Amino acid sequence: MEPATKTKKQVGLTGNSAVAYAMKQIDPDVCAAYPITPSTQIVEDFSSYYADGKVGTELITVESEHSAMSACIGAAAAGARVMTTTSSQGLALMWEMLYVASGLRLPVVMTVVNRALSAPISIQCDHSDSMGARDSGWIQIYSETVQEAYDNLFQALRVAEDARVLTPAMVCMDGFITSHAIENIALLDDSEVKDFIGEYRPKRSLLDVDNPITLGAMTLQDSYMDFKHEQSKAIAGAKAVVAEVGKEFGERFGRSYGLMECYRLEDAEAVVIVLNSAAGTTKVAIDRLRDKGTKVGLLKPRLFRPFPHEEIASALAGTKAVCVLDRADSMSGFGGPLFSEVRSALYGRKGCPPVIGRIFGLGGRDYTVEHAFGVFGELYDILEKGKVEKPFGYLKP
Amino acid sequence: MKKEKEKEEGKTVPLGGVITKAGSAADYFTGGWRKLRPVVDKGKCTNCLICWVMCPDSAVIVEDGKLVGFDLEHCKGCGICAVECPDKVKAIKMEEEAG
Amino acid sequence: MERYTEIRWHGRAQQGVVTAAKLLGEAALREGKYVQAFPDFGPERMGAPVRAFNRLSTEPIRLHCGVKNPDVVIIVDPTLIAGGGVSQSPLLDGMKEDTVFIVNTPKGAAGMRGALGLKNGEGKVYTVDASRISLEKIGRHLPNTAMLGALAKVTNVVEMSALIENFKENYSKKFSPKVVEGNIGAMEKGSQDVKGE
Repeated sequence: MEPATKTKKQVGLTGNSAVAYAMKQIDPDVCAAYPITPSTQIVEDFSSYYADGKVGTELITVESEHSAMSACIGAAAAGARVMTTTSSQGLALMWEMLYVASGLRLPVVMTVVNRALSAPISIQCDHSDSMGARDSGWIQIYSETVQEAYDNLFQALRVAEDARVLTPAMVCMDGFITSHAIENIALLDDSEVKDFIGEYRPKRSLLDVDNPITLGAMTLQDSYMDFKHEQSKAIAGAKAVVAEVGKEFGERFGRSYGLMECYRLEDAEAVVIVLNSAAGTTKVAIDRLRDKGTKVGLLKPRLFRPFPHEEIASALAGTKAVCVLDRADSMSGFGGPLFSEVRSALYGRKGCPPVIGRIFGLGGRDYTVEHAFGVFGELYDILEKGKVEKPFGYLKP
Repeated sequence: MKKEKEKEEGKTVPLGGVITKAGSAADYFTGGWRKLRPVVDKGKCTNCLICWVMCPDSAVIVEDGKLVGFDLEHCKGCGICAVECPDKVKAIKMEEEAG
Repeated sequence: MERYTEIRWHGRAQQGVVTAAKLLGEAALREGKYVQAFPDFGPERMGAPVRAFNRLSTEPIRLHCGVKNPDVVIIVDPTLIAGGGVSQSPLLDGMKEDTVFIVNTPKGAAGMRGALGLKNGEGKVYTVDASRISLEKIGRHLPNTAMLGALAKVTNVVEMSALIENFKENYSKKFSPKVVEGNIGAMEKGSQDVKGE
């Protein structure tokens, strides 16, 4: 579908349509995908572009997500620029292949439209899927809005393919809330996209018969750990590249991106940390509380893998109480994944504020301005009483 | 693998575990795994070369269409050649390596 | 503080409720507004009650939650009001004192007030026979475009011209000229026919 409406260079697109349009503009060599709610429309739209001859992509329709990721790995090993998309159980089925893609250092780029994991079955949004894959060696970038999901895809591609990184990347957005909502979005011109992403020139290709290589060889006790160490250093190094690419994106197109977004954080006492679309709702709550003279703020991590621990800890210096909202429970009995990361990043720092974790929005449960008020209320309670009574818990409906 | 370590832009291990040299298996001497060694009776051998086809380690040496011996640096002593040698011929026997 | 107009659509699957929200969003965006149009997905079966939402503003919209206190409630299928499988409360859920109700029905607005369970002075009720209009103009039971016309008339959230131009420009490829004309005719007729108390 071509963007329908044009006003002030803006169009109205759903998150899914915007991502499919970005994929059309990127025109990857190969896309292997198996549609699943709520990311189905990305594959549908992209299939239309393919059928209409608007992309030169080899579209591989596979029989499962495991096969989709396997085909992506094969194509990437052959030196192709490869993209795919999935959600929830689909990502879960890709699991073992995610590690193969990252271990082989193949820069596959995947949109993950966040959806809850079964059981019980739910098609609605939460972050259990991508959070479960947080240790798979993929870069993870989160998106608050349709615009961000669109912009992040180009940047993820640049970062993944960067010779200093060569690591697969996922761009996450909230299922239904972002994927199915029409919002204003400014699109880039095709030529702008082409200039920004450049041509992908892989160092090696399995199909290069003049320079034959072996991929996926066995390693023993003497070397496996060294490969993992190198991989770990590479993904840690991706942080600087994400910042660099986000800055360049801003210089070119006027929308700058950092490792995180700080909203009214400078003088904030009470801070909420949250990913994706809930950050927008939290900003509205913050504005209303600020109007009443309360010093509240937001930190929205954009990059979750690699985790910008130093930057987040520095940004929180001077704050007095922090609540990390997780849209996934790690079932550890002590907070969600984002909570653990943030708290760990702050540990041992001078003047470390109390940090509490709250699970919210599982299976698409709505997160409203009132919920944000409640969270800030809890933080001010801690400040008044001078102690944390419940470090971790579920947000009340 | 160890040889590969020194290569690749000064990194200690090659990126993504790629082996950039073709045929590197030739450098790995699997002959040391062998307990039984194949021995051919050239008087019986008809040079049908089924053993050459079936050998999983390409360790049957053939010259001018004739079996001339085994590459004992790579033969693991699996005995497939002896089994596959046709029943009417049975020119290959597996013998104790130590003997 | 940002101000929004929040709209909630009630209908049944396959009646074009989600499309109506999309058309409204596109038309308002055309006027230079910031928009959101999103569905509320439940089980996707033909005939199942569905809801869709719009949020319209002159400023960028950062809220990403459901519409709780709608300024306008549009009831595309009157069978939802009573005995249609949905109790009355979802239709009035979160209503404000001045919430505008636009109902697709041949009945008058005063009668609808009672059917909806609204007391005097609560909300404002408008009715339009969008089903009949759609059958006349489009030849099919697709009441959504007539409801859009009624919405443009009784509120100032969108101009008729934006609705019509958006439809002409962006749906002429997808639909035959007859269907495009029919839908535009339905919008116009919906705008003319809608009546309050």
